[in-house]
Order: sequence, then structure tokens, then C-alpha cells
Amino acid sequence: MSVIVILIGFSLVVALGFLWAFLWAVKSGQYDDDVSPSIRILYDNENDKSKQSITNQKNV
Amino acid sequence: MADCIHCGQDCGKNPIIWNDKPFCCNGCSMVYQILADKQLDRYYEMMPTPGIRIEQENTSGTRYAYLDSEEIKLKLLDFSDGGIARLNLFIPAIHCSSCIWLLENLNSLHKGIMHSHVNFVRKEVSITFRESDISLRQIVELLHTIHYIPDISYNKTSKDTHQKANRLMIMKIGVAGFAFGNIMLLSFPDYLPGGEAIDKLMAGTFGIVSFILALPVVTFCSSDFFLSAFKSLRKKIINIDLPLSIGILALFLESSYEIFSGSGTGYMDSLAGLLFFMLIGRWYQSRTYQSLSFDRDYRSYFPIAVTRLLDGKEEFVQLKDLKTGDHILVRNGELIPVDSVLTEGEGNIDYSFVTGESIPVAKKTGDFVFAGGKQSGAAIKLRVEKEVAQSYLTQLWNEDKLGDAGEMQMQTIVNKVSHYFTIIILAIASGAGIYWAFSDIGKAVYVFSSILIVACPCALALTIPFTFGNVMRVFGRNGFYIKNTEVIEKLTHADTVVFDKTGTLTHSRSMNISWEGNELTTHEQQWIRSVARNSTHPLSVMVSEWLPSSTLLTVLKYKEFSGLGIFGEVDGHKVMLGSKKFISGKDSSEEGKISMVYISIDNKLRGCFNLENHYREGLQQVLNGLKNMNQHLLTGDNNSEESNLKSYFPSTTQLHFNQSPVDKLEYINTLKNNGNNVIMIGDGLNDAGALLKADIGITIADDIYHFSPACDAILQSSKFGRLQEYLLFSKSALKIVYLSYLISFLYNIVGLTFAIQGLLSPVVAAILMPLSSISVVTFASLSVSILSKARKF
Repeated sequence: MSVIVILIGFSLVVALGFLWAFLWAVKSGQYDDDVSPSIRILYDNENDKSKQSITNQKNV
Repeated sequence: MADCIHCGQDCGKNPIIWNDKPFCCNGCSMVYQILADKQLDRYYEMMPTPGIRIEQENTSGTRYAYLDSEEIKLKLLDFSDGGIARLNLFIPAIHCSSCIWLLENLNSLHKGIMHSHVNFVRKEVSITFRESDISLRQIVELLHTIHYIPDISYNKTSKDTHQKANRLMIMKIGVAGFAFGNIMLLSFPDYLPGGEAIDKLMAGTFGIVSFILALPVVTFCSSDFFLSAFKSLRKKIINIDLPLSIGILALFLESSYEIFSGSGTGYMDSLAGLLFFMLIGRWYQSRTYQSLSFDRDYRSYFPIAVTRLLDGKEEFVQLKDLKTGDHILVRNGELIPVDSVLTEGEGNIDYSFVTGESIPVAKKTGDFVFAGGKQSGAAIKLRVEKEVAQSYLTQLWNEDKLGDAGEMQMQTIVNKVSHYFTIIILAIASGAGIYWAFSDIGKAVYVFSSILIVACPCALALTIPFTFGNVMRVFGRNGFYIKNTEVIEKLTHADTVVFDKTGTLTHSRSMNISWEGNELTTHEQQWIRSVARNSTHPLSVMVSEWLPSSTLLTVLKYKEFSGLGIFGEVDGHKVMLGSKKFISGKDSSEEGKISMVYISIDNKLRGCFNLENHYREGLQQVLNGLKNMNQHLLTGDNNSEESNLKSYFPSTTQLHFNQSPVDKLEYINTLKNNGNNVIMIGDGLNDAGALLKADIGITIADDIYHFSPACDAILQSSKFGRLQEYLLFSKSALKIVYLSYLISFLYNIVGLTFAIQGLLSPVVAAILMPLSSISVVTFASLSVSILSKARKF
């Protein structure tokens, strides 16, 4: 059963990874505006392929 | 009848047709043409009538010329490397998904714009552009032509600090939530039957990991609570954060002791959970209207630069650099930024910002002109008499910074309650501790700390954020925007209400019109209307709108006499409209009573139009609803409307006329010194001092994003009739708060009975504490939403 101690260690590493991702997202301003991204995703940029790639890059 | 494709307003009888589509005005149709030309007409497909209507077209000329000045550019640009620059503009008109789409496709309108990004919550657009292709000024002018007029001012800093604080808060919630979830998992065995049989290695590891996870919760997440408790202690006040801090520390120290002594697993899960809930509560409470500004001072109204005339040359200087004796040029539609003397040109100054009065005042050369007016007509030259900060109106802001000191003394209910709460809990804890100390010292310490733990006033701390936070949102949905939750509590204490008249009780733009004199023939009506249509003076506009519609005839020899009236020849008849002095040569004896427009046709006086102030709808309901409060009226006008006002107000109301801005401020001050809790309701800049001084300043605004002086709450003018309902609602909300307190006290009594006897087991603590918080939050949120449904909000 003491293997659980090691498993807890691993699970914490994973959890810390997500916490770091969350903190990074907040710091980079992704939580500043919670309205426009939900609208923006619905625009299709059919006549503007170049812009699409820019936005894609940004989201990666 | 058709609605304008652009802005959705009624097009009236003569819509402007372009491309088979109806428009209400040339401005709207222009925007449509620009967008159609650039194939951006999807703007109109996404949302019906997304456009913004602007009353006065004022893009042309030099309105934005000051943006070419290097110094100003430097201050406005976020970033510039000489080739590429970035700019953040506040555009209050942003309101729908079409707006976002169009503003993010600005690059289709001008190739110099590389990228634009909208922040909807803050109503800002950030634009990256090539400086060689487009200048700052051109961008602003471009935005103006599509009716997204940016609000250009320097004070962005407060918004930035708010954003930083908000981010930090979300991070704290994230960390607390993370710790809460993980510690909960580790504590899971404690809650199971047979959990005590867990092997030593695992129990020890779980304890130490919990301790490590709880460290950032106690240091990082709770820092605000500790800080605020410390600050209030230094001022010798007990606020809610003091018992909270004691609870947090007791929990943490007791749990650490248990973990390291091996006597138990502690309450780290409860600790992290409580912090998590309380931070959510604080965050919920602090979610206010980011795009609204509640603390504007004069700087946000006045232009950031003016045209100075120096040795016959025009140059742009920043407002703060203006010196007494400088000569400045103010063009049509520009604001006069300083107290000055008119040296050249005919002033026709609209003080609607200041007084709410829309009828322009005529000024002659040599007249003194107060800051805050807007020139309409040809450009005028002025000599600066006082520096900006010393001007009559701006002084109000300098004089009254003492409002802040009074703010701190306000005893909110939560602070009052926690004051007694802390004392009682400390007394119980020490009493029980001393009692147990006679038999068992170890037990005494345990009892002492478990009382502090279980009595942690988290439920108390959560009540206000969730009750008042919800009330704030309900109000916001109904056009009443509140600066913070404290205002709601203050509203319930208010016993005196002071109204401003012009612009607050009366509409600034609409009036009751009646004709005095012999009946006008249809021909005469047609002539008058044709002449009046040529003038943009509000009185002419109102007269021409009031007259029945007819075909407009050609007007010859049209001439406008500033401050007097207009003249024109129609069908060979000489038509004159204007003041009594203009028409009959005699000075008006009843100056200012009601606005009168005299008419003469072929030099024969035909009669006059009486234009009367039009009171806001619902005024009577509001006054009836507030009848158990002291009502006062302060107005800068003379007492001509007195009899009219008396029919609205109860007889006890004190009406005060001819009040200057400083008088208003003093009046509020006297009321406050007499122990009254004062609500001031006003609109213009002349009320700014009084609004600041009052316990609660409520601004009435047609356009909530623009012209609201510093205040505690902004009320949309169309909702004026519901004012008394907001007050009633606040009072009911306060009752909800008391009920929630009762619930949390009941929990505390149960918890304390366990704790005093030294029987507080981790299970009891773990169930009681979250349960009390959750039930209080649920109760508060549910009852506010039930209440809002019942009151039809």
C-alpha cells in the first residue's frame, strides 16, 4: 500500500502542472475579458486567410 | 414609418434612402456607405441595427489636430519603435458582437492598421499600426467616421491597477482551490470508518503534504485578510478581518501541531476550503462595472489640449500648460476649458454639461466665460483668466478631498457585528480555557483553539458579498449602477434626499410647447418652420419639430443673430423668430420664466411660443415613494418654476433657488453636520461637489459612459421613475443579511457547544464549517433572486 505515497507524488506533479498553466493564463491576461472571445470564435475569416493563421499562432 | 438600418431609430417622415435602405440621418447613411464600400456590410447581418447614432457631425476640421503633437502622442501610445506603434483607446459605444467584429476588422478600412483587438469588458480596442501609413490622428478620425468615438484622456492608471488587482485575486482563488482539492483528497481517510487504522508512514506523509500545500494558502491567499486586520487594529477598530485572521491562524497552528506531533491530521482541508470560499466571495463582490467610471474629475471632461494663439500662430498645448493671460481659440463644438474673457467673436455657449440647461447663453466681447461651456457657432478667441485647476468649477474638486477621511469612519453592519463577535468569542474561549486549565493544561489549549476554529466567522464574511453582490447585479440589469456594495448599505440608512432640478427632475432636451397669440394659418406655420429649420439652436429645433410637417420652402436672406434670433424671407414675407428684445426691441420683463420664442411676420408681432420645462416621467411616484424622507431641492435657476414645483413636492419640501455649485456643496455639508444621511441626486458638473460631499451621490445620465461626474451610483435617466423601488429593495436586502447572520449564529452555537466541552472531532469541524458557509451563500443568493422576481426587477 505504501506505493500510494509515490503515486501521490506523481499526482501532485501533474496537479502542479495544471496550477502553473492556470496562473500563466491569468498572468497573460486571458481572464481579463470573458465576453469577446466567446463571440470572436464564431467569426469566420473566409476572405482573410492570413489573419486566420495569425490568430492560430496566438492561440498555440 | 421605417427604422434606420444603421442605428434602429425611427426615421421620421423623411427617411434618407440610400441603396433602397432607409436611414434616419445623413450620418448613419454615411457610415453605411463607407462600410458597404469596403465590403464590411456583414456588420449589419450579425446583429440588427448595430450602429451608433451621433447627434452632431464634427469630424471635419481640426477637432483632433492636437493628436499630431509629439508630446501628446507620446503619452497616448502604449508602445512605439518609430515604425510600428500600439494604442489603446476607450470606446464607450462598444455594445454588441457586431462592434467587436467591425473594430477587429479595422485593417480592411485602412491598410496602415495591422491588427486590432477588442476588450469588451473594458470597452477598449487596442490597435497596432504602421506609423508611416497612418497617424494617431487619422486613426481617431477614422473611428469617428464610423461613429465609434474614442474617449481620449490620460487617466488610464486606475483601470490598470484594477486589472492587476483582479488578476491577483483570480490567482489567489486558483491557488486556494488547488490546495483545497488536493488536501481534501489526502484527508479522505479521516472521514471513513476505520480511517484511524491507516499505517503510520502514509498518515505521516499525508500530513506533511497537506502542511506543504497549506503553506501558500496561509501566506499568499490570506495575506489580504491579515493586512486588513492589522491595519484596522492600528486604527483601534475591529473589522471582520480580525476574527477571520484569528480563525485562520488558530486553524493553521493547531493543525500543524497535530501533524508534527503525530496526534492527528489537522484541519488543513477546512482551512483551504474556507479560504477558497471567502476569496470567491470577495471576488464576487469586487466584480463591478469596469467600463463605468465612478471617480471622474474635471480632467476627464475637458479636452487634453487646446489651441493657443502665440504671435498670431496657432499651436496645441496641453491643458495644464495654459497660463493666465494666454490667448486661446475655441472652435464650434469645443469645450471651453478655463475661466476666461471673450476677446473676439460671438459666443453662444451651451452649458448643458454644467447645469443641464440646453439653451445656449449668448456672450459678447469682454464678457467673462466660465469653464465647462461648449461653443456653438463660429470660432471664438478667449483670454485665459485663471489656470485650469483654479477655475470656478474645477475648484470643487480641489476643495473637497476631505470626503475620503469621512469615509473611513463609516461603520458598516459587518464591522459592527464582528466587533461584538470578536469580543464574545475571545471571552468564551478564554473562559473555557481557564476552566479546563484546572484539570488538564493540554486539554485547555485544545479547547481554546477549537473554539477559535469553530467560531471562525466565515459565514459572516460571506453574507455581505453574496447578498449585496447579487443586489448590485440586479440593479445593474435595471439601469442603476453602483460603485461598490457599501453603497447599498448606505442607501438603507439614508433619511434625506436632495434633488437638483435642471436635467435631473426635468428633461434637458424636451419641453412642453404652446402657442400664445392669434391662431397661425397653415401658410404661416409653413414659413416659420422653413426659417427655423435653418438654425441649430435648440429652441429653433424644438419649434420646427413641434410645427406640423409641411414642405420646406426656400428661405432667402437668412441671417442668424447670435443670442437674439433669426431672420429669413419666405415667399416674399419677412419672418423673424427670437427673443422679445429681437422682435419688439423691448427688454423682456419676465426674463427666464419660461423660454419664449417671439414671432413676427412682415414686421408685425404675431405672438410667441412658450417652451416649458418638461418633468421626467415618474417624478410623482418617486416623490410619493420617498415621502417619509426629508426632501430638498437645490437649483441654480431662479424661482420662476416655484409654483409648478410645489404641486409636485410635499409642502414640507425646502426649495432653494439661485444656488451656485459652492452653495450646493455647503448645503449638503450643513445637512450632514445636522446628522442627516444625505442622498444627492444630480447630473451636471455643477453638482459635482455636492455629489462628492453627500453620503451617496447619484448621477442621472442619458449616456452612462460619458458625462457622469464623480459619484457613488449612476442611474440611467429612463429608469428615474423607479428610484424609490431601488431604495426599498436595498432595505429588503439588509433584512436578508440579518437573516443570514442569524443562520450563521445558529451554526456557531452548535459548534461552540462541542468545542467548549472539548469534544470537537475533526469530522464535526469538517462538516460544520463548510456547511455553514454553503448554506449562508445559498440562502443569500436564492433570497435575493426570489426578491428580485417578486419586485419585478
